[in-house]
Amino acid sequence: MILVVAEQRAGALNRASWEAVACAQQLASGEPIAILLPGGGDAAKTLADAGVGEVLTVQDAALASYTPDAQVAAVAAVIAQTTPRLVVMAHTYQARDYAPRLAARLRTPLVADVVAVKGSGAAATFLRPMFQGKLVAEVAPQGDGPAIVTCQIGAFRADGVTKGAPAAARALSVALDAPSRQTVEPPFQEARQAVDLGQAERIVAVGRGIKSQDQIAVAEKLAAAMGAEIAASRPICDNGWLPMDRQVGSSGQTVAPKLYVALGISGAIQHLVGMKGSRTIVAINKDADAPIFEVADYGIVGDLFDIVPAMTAEIEKQSH
Amino acid sequence: MKIAVCIKQVPTREWQPRLTDDRTWIREADASFEMNEPDAYALEEALRLREKHGGEVVVCSAGPARVQQVIREGLARGADRGIHVDGAELGAADGFMVASALAHAMRDEAFDLVLTGLQSDDQGHAQTGVALAELLGIPHSTIIMDVEVSEGRVRVKRELEGGWFQWVAMPTPALLTIQSGINQLRYATLKGIMAAKKKEIRSVTPPAGLTPGLKIVGLSLPSKSKQTAMIDGAPAQAAAELVRRLREEARVL
Repeated sequence: MILVVAEQRAGALNRASWEAVACAQQLASGEPIAILLPGGGDAAKTLADAGVGEVLTVQDAALASYTPDAQVAAVAAVIAQTTPRLVVMAHTYQARDYAPRLAARLRTPLVADVVAVKGSGAAATFLRPMFQGKLVAEVAPQGDGPAIVTCQIGAFRADGVTKGAPAAARALSVALDAPSRQTVEPPFQEARQAVDLGQAERIVAVGRGIKSQDQIAVAEKLAAAMGAEIAASRPICDNGWLPMDRQVGSSGQTVAPKLYVALGISGAIQHLVGMKGSRTIVAINKDADAPIFEVADYGIVGDLFDIVPAMTAEIEKQSH
Repeated sequence: MKIAVCIKQVPTREWQPRLTDDRTWIREADASFEMNEPDAYALEEALRLREKHGGEVVVCSAGPARVQQVIREGLARGADRGIHVDGAELGAADGFMVASALAHAMRDEAFDLVLTGLQSDDQGHAQTGVALAELLGIPHSTIIMDVEVSEGRVRVKRELEGGWFQWVAMPTPALLTIQSGINQLRYATLKGIMAAKKKEIRSVTPPAGLTPGLKIVGLSLPSKSKQTAMIDGAPAQAAAELVRRLREEARVL
């Protein structure tokens, strides 16, 4: 049996849970799939209606608001009861928060941030990025324990899930041995986002290659000529060179404009997940091996400080 | 307050991948190494907490002899002493194996707070810190953007996805994985570099019986998901050609 651990927040199912189901279906060689929804609730019915397998729930006051202690205790108890061959979940911030602890407690390997599966059944291996996306590793979990696999967001298609007859949800009873040591406050957003990059038709984004705050003006001129919003990868916002609400990537905004121009952005996966749905992607980078070129439609290898002003001039020339 | 910072040494950002003949690891002899950037933010946070609350900052790293360079750099930035878990097999080890080696060396130190970066820029498992918390039997929280310490407790701002945050509180000792950008990094001064030479680095032999949980079957360059039209030529010509194609072919300008 393959156990998928679904995720919910405030009663709403995280869409990436379906991607984990798609990954599990690819890995199953005729074996059943069960979906665990810690905390239970209405989302369990949504999962059961999809008919991909049995839906398991555990309910406990400690699971009402996520904490890693309670989550690890609950999922470990379900794994002990149901003895799955593999455990699959989406590589969300929540999974990152507790899955390594769960794996350490069970002394079982955790293959994190998986982008593809090779083979199925016991012989399956997993592909995951390494070295900031410069390399892909094929990884085989060792030992007899039920390996835990987390799937990179967007790597498996939620709409590729094969559905069947609705399944009943089954409530499991587990004893959470100790109270959670973490106490949590309600989630909040920082001062509302002044810019909704999700609405922009064109985006010019800068990365480390811009080198200094002063030089962002080079990109801003191009953005102005194109009628584009300016955005950035995380390190630029970390440095305070652009405000946080200009950040594209897993910790910032997710965008899919008509045109996305990446200037001096290497293309770490945390950035790519926020922009790879863009219709046309342009990458300008001095490093020909930068991972950004893997998702680019048009690429120029070279010095952005030579190329970008030339582009700006070209656009301005033709629009007069 | 006694604070540990776990630091990894990783290939530099400019490093171009070169693989060993069996293609299961990188050719380390061809790589130059630096401090893992998220760990540098963890170190900076530890130094700031020490400035506010007093105490000691200890940098810990597991790996072959080369990792002493990042321990020394941590000392030059202001850490008080270092611990090196010295094992050639730890350089390419998975997160749980590194965590086991660190836990072995750190257990008796009774740190109040253990900080790590949220993940490494090499293998990027994002597991070592959280697994270390389990092995040390202490609570943890991840992807932290703010740390407030009070008597026997820590309250931290945890980053969630898409611009959301949450405050989480827990008793100390605790382990936190620190998000890049939590603070502004300081760099070593000449005085710091000189002072670091006199600071202690304790060498620890890794525990016996460490076995990998993950085996790298092979490494390869990523395959392209798109056909990229690469535009060559002098900057002005390439720029003009790109603008032409964005207008006429992609029709996005």
